[in-house]
Amino acid sequence: MGVCHVTDQTFEEEVLKSDIPVLVDFWAAWCGPCRAIAPVIEELAEEYAGRLKVCKMNVDENPITPGRFGIRAIPTLIFFKDGQPVEQITGAVAKSTIEGVIQRILG
Amino acid sequence: MAEIYDLAIVGGGPAGLTAYLYAARARLNTVLIEKLSPGGQVLVTDFVENYPGFPEGLPGWELMDRFVAHVKKLGLNQVRDEVTGLEFEGELKKLLLASGKSLLSRTVIIATGAKPNQLGVPGEKELAGKGVSYCATCDGPFFRDQVVAVVGGGNTAVQEAIFLTKFARQVFLIHRRDKLRAQKILQERAFANEKITFIWDSVVTEILGQEKVEAVKVKNRKTGEEKVLQVDGVFIFVGIRPQSDFVKGVLKLDERGFIVTDAEMRTEVPGVFAAGDVRSKACRQIVTAAGDGATAAYMAEHFLATQ
Repeated sequence: MGVCHVTDQTFEEEVLKSDIPVLVDFWAAWCGPCRAIAPVIEELAEEYAGRLKVCKMNVDENPITPGRFGIRAIPTLIFFKDGQPVEQITGAVAKSTIEGVIQRILG
Repeated sequence: MAEIYDLAIVGGGPAGLTAYLYAARARLNTVLIEKLSPGGQVLVTDFVENYPGFPEGLPGWELMDRFVAHVKKLGLNQVRDEVTGLEFEGELKKLLLASGKSLLSRTVIIATGAKPNQLGVPGEKELAGKGVSYCATCDGPFFRDQVVAVVGGGNTAVQEAIFLTKFARQVFLIHRRDKLRAQKILQERAFANEKITFIWDSVVTEILGQEKVEAVKVKNRKTGEEKVLQVDGVFIFVGIRPQSDFVKGVLKLDERGFIVTDAEMRTEVPGVFAAGDVRSKACRQIVTAAGDGATAAYMAEHFLATQ
């Protein structure tokens, strides 16, 4: 399935109306730690395909959504379930930390 | 029978990548264990201007891209995992991984680096990512035309304070002493920058705000006077702590937790080396980390040859 790229325009449809939980990685090209976690995000998209949707949003090109969720740091990962943000991770963390949250959300 | 490596390098910053470069050229069967993409702390550095050979300077991520490209040319064998423990099986070293797997190697170079210290004041954890930051290059652009505080007086604090003036309309630099520790060239630039206001002899005692940072409480250490500064962000650069927890009780650490080695990067355990910021030493720079990595790989090769 891979990582989907969402924009301010597609966020509602792709994330908030998703049938399954969604992980959104807010990132930008000038952010070194965002580059560092990028391969981890791609791995998670493959490994949890069908159970968790994994998306990325470029905060430079999409100012509205990051503002709406009060994002003042990147990388920030927000987990959405039934249209609501339920968990948040800030900074480049190990895969095991992200998986801990995913398992809590998937139950 | 599981594969036994000649050399396992833990950590993919400048020390680990340089060690890999030297080990690969020595034709050692080498593996690099790094939990993220290689790069390390340099990835949070907005601009590197003290790495020799780059007179114009370059962004931290770009320098690390070059390190990675150099290593990839020789074939990078990376395991994306986190090392949680080091054990010994006779002459072999066993690295325990967060995934539950393990690796066996004849020699090990620990190059896990360090991470930023926290202030340890109320509000810091609660407002992390909501105005409290440890990475100016990541989060600076969110504070366009706003007011931010930088805490610290070393190279990183002063360099990042200058960087933040590109975005913020005012930067308070809060330092516990009455002079900076940063290199003179950075001090000169900071003092000449009209957007930077120095708050000397002062410590942050609390970070205030509900949904986001609204202010910091600052106390003057000499007069005892307390005041509240209205700020939108707080950037904290008050030193580093080593990522050495996984070898606590296994290798000798100094009083701050850095791994003790001799001048050739050897720890007390034969065949186990440490390199870069995780090592107990005075000067922690990209160039010294790279130097440590080269020495450690050279010594690992020497160790293997004399076994």
